[in-house]
Amino acid sequence: MRLTQGCFSFLPDLDDEQIRTQVQYCIDKGWAVNIEFTDDAHPRNIFWEMWGLPMFDIRDAAAVMLELEACRKVHADTYIRVSGFDSSLGWESVRISFLVNRPKKEPGFRLIRTEGAGRAVRYTVQTEAAAAE
Amino acid sequence: MHAPDTMIDALADVSAEGIDLRRELADTRIAEVLDQLDNELVGLAPVKTRIRQIAALLLVDRVRRRMGLTSETPTLHMSFTGNPGTGKTTVALRMAEILHKLGYIRRGHLISVTRDDLVGQYIGHTAPKTKEVLKKAMGGVLFVDEAYYLHRPENERDYGQEAIEILLNVMENQRDDLVVIFAGYAERMDRFFRSNPGFRSRIAHHIDFPDYTDEQLMAIAEKMLAAQSYRFDAAGAAAFRDYIAARRKQPHFANARSIRNALDRMRLRQANRHFEHPGLVSLDDLMTIDAADVRASRVFEIDEEQADKKG
Repeated sequence: MRLTQGCFSFLPDLDDEQIRTQVQYCIDKGWAVNIEFTDDAHPRNIFWEMWGLPMFDIRDAAAVMLELEACRKVHADTYIRVSGFDSSLGWESVRISFLVNRPKKEPGFRLIRTEGAGRAVRYTVQTEAAAAE
Repeated sequence: MHAPDTMIDALADVSAEGIDLRRELADTRIAEVLDQLDNELVGLAPVKTRIRQIAALLLVDRVRRRMGLTSETPTLHMSFTGNPGTGKTTVALRMAEILHKLGYIRRGHLISVTRDDLVGQYIGHTAPKTKEVLKKAMGGVLFVDEAYYLHRPENERDYGQEAIEILLNVMENQRDDLVVIFAGYAERMDRFFRSNPGFRSRIAHHIDFPDYTDEQLMAIAEKMLAAQSYRFDAAGAAAFRDYIAARRKQPHFANARSIRNALDRMRLRQANRHFEHPGLVSLDDLMTIDAADVRASRVFEIDEEQADKKG
């Protein structure tokens, strides 16, 4: 199942040149660019693992592409996303986030039904990757 | 100073039927930077000539590339050698601007680092530190001051070597992304390049910064003072000429930097002189540095002592 999450997720995957352009946009806006990865891409999982530190004082997207390349080498078969954090007063939050890498085979999600009191049914969405653990 | 101009002229003639290089020059607006370089910096004729030549080369290369003649990015890494205070950092700043205007670097900023910024203190600390600096410099110019400290032959386990290897790797593989300029004293840089042959072949332009003459230092002093709305009176100027001659003979002479420090101390004396004098001070007094402010310098005492010893 193809994961659609964050910006541009219904478009075809961005190629490196497009990623570079987006990253440069973030830098020009003054946002700190982060690279994060995970195999558990549940929409509620906001804690992806960070690749290195947030990149605050860089001027050019080449630096981010360098790190992304390094991250892809190590975590080729996971989801990797790039996010831009705006630290200016009033925002102080992530302004953009988009996928830049996905595993070859995307396991998708499974629906778990739990019988509750009476005839109530509670539903849980679980990622296959988490289930495999 | 005429040589570089004729060079650009000559190039313009060659392609007279095709492209107007002058217009190209005007479009990139590097002429402004070059003029600024001429006006701001006293002396340094060989450096300015060299920079004009590099600028002309890059400009032609840009045109050639547009015509589909070459595709290879030229190697732009440089080494600036010269004694302290000869304007290496200032020229590097201008260089970044020129390269940016010609489109060889994307941002045009300059990151100035020394050994401390690149080399870590324990195993595994150096690589991330160097990479961090390189990331900051991407799209601009990385200025490595006193680069020879990176290499310490007396300690074979020194982490400097690791930083050198990372630098070399990036200099080779990411020529489009950043330009590295090494700076330092001529002879020590020479030794550094000899023990790291990888650098020499990767650096295209070696620029040597000559020492300033006394006349040039005087011009620099006047420029510095004018920038802060001060001036010498006639006696003060004569005294300062003597000061330059005397200071040059003493150790740790750092060209323009010594001059700047001397001027700072003279401003201090001038302020004190006015403060201790009862009575009113005129605008003219506030601006003028006179002979007494200059002559009070310790440099003259030391100079006399040395003269006595010899005599």
